[in-house]
Amino acid sequence: MANITITINGKKVEVPQGSTILDAANKLNIHIPTLCYCPDVGCGVANKPASCRLCLVEATGIRGPRKILAPACATPVAPNMEVWTNSARAMKARRTVLELLLSDHPQNCLTCAKNQECELQKLAAEFGIREISYQGERNSYPVDESAAIMRDLSKCVMCRRCETVCNKVQTVGALTGNGRGFPAKVGTASMIPLADSSCTFCGQCVNVCPVGAIVGVSYTKKVMAAIHDPKKTVVVQTAPAVRVAIGQEFGFKPGEPVTGKLVAALRMLGFDKVFDTDFSADLTIMEEGNELVGRVKKYLELTKAGKSAADAQKEAHLPILTSCCPGWINFLEHHFPDLLDIPSSCKSPQQMFGAVAKSYYAEKIGVKPEDLIVVSVMPCQAKKYEAARPEFAPGGVKDVDYVITTRELVRLLREAGINLANRDDEDYDSPLGESTGAGVIFGVTGGVLEAALRSVYTMLNDGKNLSGDAINFRAVRGLDGVKEAKVEVAPGLAVNVAVCSGLGNARKVLDMVRADRTRFQAIEIMACPGGCINGGGQPYIKGDRAETLQRRMEGIYAEDAGKPIRLSHENPDIKKLYAEYLGQPGSEKAHHLLHTVYHENKRD
Amino acid sequence: MNQIKTKADLMAAYEAAKGKLALRLAAGSIDSKKKDIVCCGGTGCHASNSQELMANLREEIKKAGLENDVRVIQSGCFGFCAQGPIVKIMPDNVFYVQVTPEDAKEIVEKHVVGHEVVERLLYVEPTLKEKIHDYAKMPFYAKQERIALRNCGLIEAENLEEYIANEGYQGLAKALTEMKPMDVVQEVLDSGICGRGGAGFPTGLKWKIAAGVKADEKYIVCNADEGDPGAFMDRSIMEGDPSSVVEAMAIGAYAIGAQKGLVYIRAEYPLAVSRLQMAIDQARACGLLGKNILGTDFCFDIEIKLGAGAFVCGEETALIHSMEGQRGEPTTKPPFPANIGGGYWGCSTNVNNVETYASIPVIMRKGAAWYSKIGNWVTERDENGHWVKTVSGNAGTKVFALAGQVNNVGLVEVPMGTTLREIIYEIGGGISGGREFKAVQTGGPSGGCITKENLDTPIDYGSLMKIGSMMGSGGMIVLSDKDCMPAMAKFYLGFTKDESCGKCTPCRIGTRRMLEMLEKICDGKGTEEMLVELEDLANTIRDTALCGLGQTAPNPILSTLRYFKDEYIAHVRDKKCPAGTCTKLFKLTITDKCKGCTKCARNCPVGAITGKIKERHVIDQQKCIKCGACIDNCPFKAIVKE
Amino acid sequence: MSDTNTTAPEGNGTACCGCKKFSSAAEAKFAELDAFIETLGLDPADERRRGRLIQILHRAQHIFGYLPREVQQHVAEKMAIPESAVSGVVSFYNYFTTKPKGKHVINVCLGTACYVKGSEGVLRELERVLGIEADTNPTPDGLFSLGSLRCVGACGLAPVMLVDDKVYGKITPAAAVKVVNEIKAKEAQA
Ligand SMILES: Cc1cc2nc3c(=O)[nH]c(=O)nc-3n(C[C@H](O)[C@H](O)[C@H](O)COP(=O)(O)O)c2cc1C
Ligand code: SF4
Ligand code: SF4
Ligand code: SF4
Ligand code: SF4
Ligand code: SF4
Ligand code: SF4
Ligand code: SF4
Ligand code: SF4
Ligand code: FES
Ligand code: FES
Ligand code: FES
Repeated sequence: MANITITINGKKVEVPQGSTILDAANKLNIHIPTLCYCPDVGCGVANKPASCRLCLVEATGIRGPRKILAPACATPVAPNMEVWTNSARAMKARRTVLELLLSDHPQNCLTCAKNQECELQKLAAEFGIREISYQGERNSYPVDESAAIMRDLSKCVMCRRCETVCNKVQTVGALTGNGRGFPAKVGTASMIPLADSSCTFCGQCVNVCPVGAIVGVSYTKKVMAAIHDPKKTVVVQTAPAVRVAIGQEFGFKPGEPVTGKLVAALRMLGFDKVFDTDFSADLTIMEEGNELVGRVKKYLELTKAGKSAADAQKEAHLPILTSCCPGWINFLEHHFPDLLDIPSSCKSPQQMFGAVAKSYYAEKIGVKPEDLIVVSVMPCQAKKYEAARPEFAPGGVKDVDYVITTRELVRLLREAGINLANRDDEDYDSPLGESTGAGVIFGVTGGVLEAALRSVYTMLNDGKNLSGDAINFRAVRGLDGVKEAKVEVAPGLAVNVAVCSGLGNARKVLDMVRADRTRFQAIEIMACPGGCINGGGQPYIKGDRAETLQRRMEGIYAEDAGKPIRLSHENPDIKKLYAEYLGQPGSEKAHHLLHTVYHENKRD
Repeated sequence: MNQIKTKADLMAAYEAAKGKLALRLAAGSIDSKKKDIVCCGGTGCHASNSQELMANLREEIKKAGLENDVRVIQSGCFGFCAQGPIVKIMPDNVFYVQVTPEDAKEIVEKHVVGHEVVERLLYVEPTLKEKIHDYAKMPFYAKQERIALRNCGLIEAENLEEYIANEGYQGLAKALTEMKPMDVVQEVLDSGICGRGGAGFPTGLKWKIAAGVKADEKYIVCNADEGDPGAFMDRSIMEGDPSSVVEAMAIGAYAIGAQKGLVYIRAEYPLAVSRLQMAIDQARACGLLGKNILGTDFCFDIEIKLGAGAFVCGEETALIHSMEGQRGEPTTKPPFPANIGGGYWGCSTNVNNVETYASIPVIMRKGAAWYSKIGNWVTERDENGHWVKTVSGNAGTKVFALAGQVNNVGLVEVPMGTTLREIIYEIGGGISGGREFKAVQTGGPSGGCITKENLDTPIDYGSLMKIGSMMGSGGMIVLSDKDCMPAMAKFYLGFTKDESCGKCTPCRIGTRRMLEMLEKICDGKGTEEMLVELEDLANTIRDTALCGLGQTAPNPILSTLRYFKDEYIAHVRDKKCPAGTCTKLFKLTITDKCKGCTKCARNCPVGAITGKIKERHVIDQQKCIKCGACIDNCPFKAIVKE
Repeated sequence: MSDTNTTAPEGNGTACCGCKKFSSAAEAKFAELDAFIETLGLDPADERRRGRLIQILHRAQHIFGYLPREVQQHVAEKMAIPESAVSGVVSFYNYFTTKPKGKHVINVCLGTACYVKGSEGVLRELERVLGIEADTNPTPDGLFSLGSLRCVGACGLAPVMLVDDKVYGKITPAAAVKVVNEIKAKEAQA
């Protein structure tokens, strides 16, 4: 495509045709404030309503030679365009717009969940707002709080990012513009509580909201109360994706794994034991791999008996879908009730951990399940919703008591004065802290399937392990939204697999399944684009989203490569767990503790 | 009706139908035995019982045994709705107003049978106070030049044959059989016609841009949202001459290469919707819409899309979203509707207004040269077609909806360049109730006011913009000394605040803030600093809002501030409302002129007035809602506002 | 009472769309709506099916008198679009209402032409006489709803009031009250 040269503040810059004024200004390192614009809310989808008007600049060459104000974020460059970003007219316009926004905003930053991370607050600081010239009626809406997400629409600035990510990226459609004029806000259908809507609690809206209008519900107080309660034994599990994301908040490079320091910090914070969800990820592979092998074997039997491939797939419940992402399970239960029989019946690693901790581990240390408090540190909002599901509280005792996100942990550590950067590496506790490289890759799209394939290979090959580079299933790696591959799981036996992340991509793949049942035999789905490294509870990504996710992904695979054991079934503590407690994968006890059933859920 | 498969078929249909209009187009005398009684069937006259009137007329004619000589024709709006129902008897050229169903008998007996005018039903000229016998001499119509409204009040609105009888579809036939699409574009360009929907963009240029887009799927859209409250030009065209819109859209589709047309009509116009649907159905039935129109390769059809009560959906990008079943929120331009990615379902789309379309068939038939001589068209535009400098005047005619404090409320179509004075005083018959002229608001909620000093401004796009108003779609509200200008600004802001889509910050919050300031001013809580702040904010919102709604919302404020600053000052400094309408700024008291007749007390809706008969009455200020009923009722002018 | 205006679609008849239970009167209405939607031949694979939404909502409001959440959900399901997409549209357009209306719907035009001829006074007087605020709930007896609208194109007759579908031109506060009283009297007789 041809390049176009324009002038900004007297400086010439050449950019490709189709670029915006904002792109051109970035190239010149000229800063233009923005609020509604978000170049990538997920899967490369931009939010560009041009509605906040905070990026207005003065320019010629849009409507002829007249100088007009134009939104830099949405105005394409044109030949001979001349732009002034800091003319009196542009600066006054932007300031007035900001003051108008603030005039309809509760200015309680000190107690706001978004304090110091809020883009509106930052703009007010940048602009040096000292008074707001306009006073008048303010919108006020009741706060909507679910187990996972809290919305305070009186803080909403109508940037529409949440609406875009929920509709265009996730295709959930829980959010829409509501009403019009002054009271207009982004909300649910008929402004019902989020918990009653089709929301999956993926938390992607939380990740993109520039202000404190959509935030995660915080459980930090409860966690600290439990830690400080002498009657309770408090253990914590950390999800795979936390270790490659939390570092950025303490000055590490994005994606840099800080596992040992994280363990040290949690211990210093007061947890009695620091365990790893990677352990239960390995456990998941044992169960899910066993399930997959069972289904494939059944399929082979059926086809041998003369069934058509399609019928055999159907009867053998293939393709198998991974079930470790509660956001995706919520989506399935709501939008694809006809496919409820195919996902693996495995609980997510978080819930497996909770179930094992409250049974096996509690027995082992001689603590009553109700006195053992299980805390999860998760990259995820949906995990909060999951932990609160009644089926995960046998006898009224929750398997997982509290879920806090990576972001909440950062705040807790700050409050406690613990700086990750100043801690030396420490190791996880035993027995629920031992894990393999297969467990850690659960944190990124493709990882669950790869981990499963590594073990399934052994299961189908009389206990013979993959060796050398064959352990790396590179075909399922990478941040593409949908990946398809044909992999050999045993000599002469190839299966078609798909890996997708982001619920919009999940929809595409499930539509493929509906159209052709034989197309895949195994599918991994994660609700967040890129997987848990981009979860709804991860530290806010301030720069380039794709770049940060790439770094986090690399961090995960580096952890995997550095592990002495990289196959779930070789995890010694897992072996011990089966030997001492569960018996075989798929045993009755395993089923009771580690598996679940799905329900159609038409919440709206 | 017969199939019209070729141009020859059309001409044959024309020859066959032509006679139908003979009586109506000729000037004859009251002695004529054959008559057409044209009754208005528009929304206004409908509301005034014209249906029953027509039924009665038909009944009486039947009784008189005149069915073969006298026809009752249901036409569209005459544009004189305030005096409706309207009955025009042709070829006698007699124009009756405010005809009730009970008058049918007398009209038939006296006029039709007896050949004698029913004097009491004639229109009384308000300035001369005399009855008008000859329609052609009515000042309301004499100064008008009816092109867009050519068929309104002439043909039977629901009858395609009558449209064809007045040379309908000949413009399309000419375009399809004698011209290439680019010739059609050029003809429209040369005619100088500009969009009548508000922005005044040259229609030919718009078509040229759309025609230049290479795409297999294109749309042509008629914007019939007519959101400006108080304007009803588009409504009356669709009710009175729906086929002209259909024909014009087909011409436009041919010119730009569209296969499908859509009409977006507001739901508040049920009659217009049904008439337009009839026109479409009839055209389709005889082959004027559909495949291979008039034996050419050109295929085209039209669908109606209903609005649902949102002013902003008149804005073209919002309109497109609304047609797609979305919230009617505008999007930033570019992309423009004509661009790929900017129109209906992302396809290149051309949007024009009803009145714009209504003129197109005539332009095709009579040619650009003829049209461009109407008005005085001297314009300059930049390479993008925007009005940078307009010396004066535009081509063609414009329809205005004249309303407010004027004697002849109605629709008037005049050549561009006519002055406001001519419209208000000659066509409009001057200010009603003997009041004094104060201002005219043009362009509705987006426009501004024009004062006495500018009454001689010729009406065209550029001149109006120069004096801080705009043509808009043609609403023209006349205000008198009893109208308070800050209150008018408040009224308009109340409207734009309600109609803001809420998408962009300046309009969503800014209109609210401006309204709050105006409310304070009208309540006597304003300050002089507030006026400065208001003007400042208004200017910024005009500069920063995303779409035309927000960009023009401050216009009523800015123009009233410009021309009526003294009224604002009176409100904020002296806490007085000179027009006496801001209720918080006055109270009513009964002076010693009171004779104790009790009339006011009997008429007060809230019982705020007490007093003994023949004694001076008093008003309880706590109770009084300042409705003014007592003032209007006191025979002794004993009650004063202060 | 005219049942098109006021019956709420609730109760305990048999299921009609597999998910909600409705009284049989409501069921007939849903059936009528479904029959209409059927004629449109929506293709769930075609994203342009959404373009029919406003048309369907017009019909639904015509049938039910208003658009409660159940009806919106039903439309969403039939069109295979998110409920939020329906609700977002319903809440955007003035024409759509989610609350039941009174048996007689009075609207006073507040368009410019009517406003300058004093229509606001008519509205305020009706508010006072009916004891309700415009554009809110109907009168307690369910007889009247009062609303305002902006121009029906009968500006020549300004100020204009609509009662149900009948247009009253050149209305005064007193004349408006008279119309209301006539309706009241008629209803009392019936
Ligand atoms: C807020 C707003 C409301 C509008 N309403 C109408 C309308 O009701 N009818 C109309 O024809 N144009 C309306 N327009 C103008 C249209 O956007 C568009 O310019 C016009 O339909 C183009 O047709 P024309 O070129 O024939 O005038 C409106 C514009 C704005 C910004
Ligand atoms: S959303 Fe931002 S600006 Fe608003 S209160 Fe919270 S931190 Fe402050
Ligand atoms: S920034 Fe200002 S308001 Fe906030 S805590 Fe500090 S002193 Fe107080
Ligand atoms: S959490 Fe996910 S599904 Fe729920 S509203 Fe936010 S983006 Fe939509
Ligand atoms: S809730 Fe947040 S993301 Fe959504 S529109 Fe409001 S400010 Fe934007
Ligand atoms: S992908 Fe991970 S972070 Fe996102 S919802 Fe699923 S489990 Fe949670
Ligand atoms: S100017 Fe008003 S109507 Fe237009 S986009 Fe902005 S908020 Fe919506
Ligand atoms: S203004 Fe109206 S309410 Fe007040 S005293 Fe007069 S009649 Fe009564
Ligand atoms: S109408 Fe006039 S004169 Fe009669 S009682 Fe009232 S104020 Fe007095
Ligand atoms: S950032 Fe450009 S308009 Fe909001
Ligand atoms: S409706 Fe009859 S003259 Fe306008
Ligand atoms: S302004 Fe009231 S009908 Fe037009």
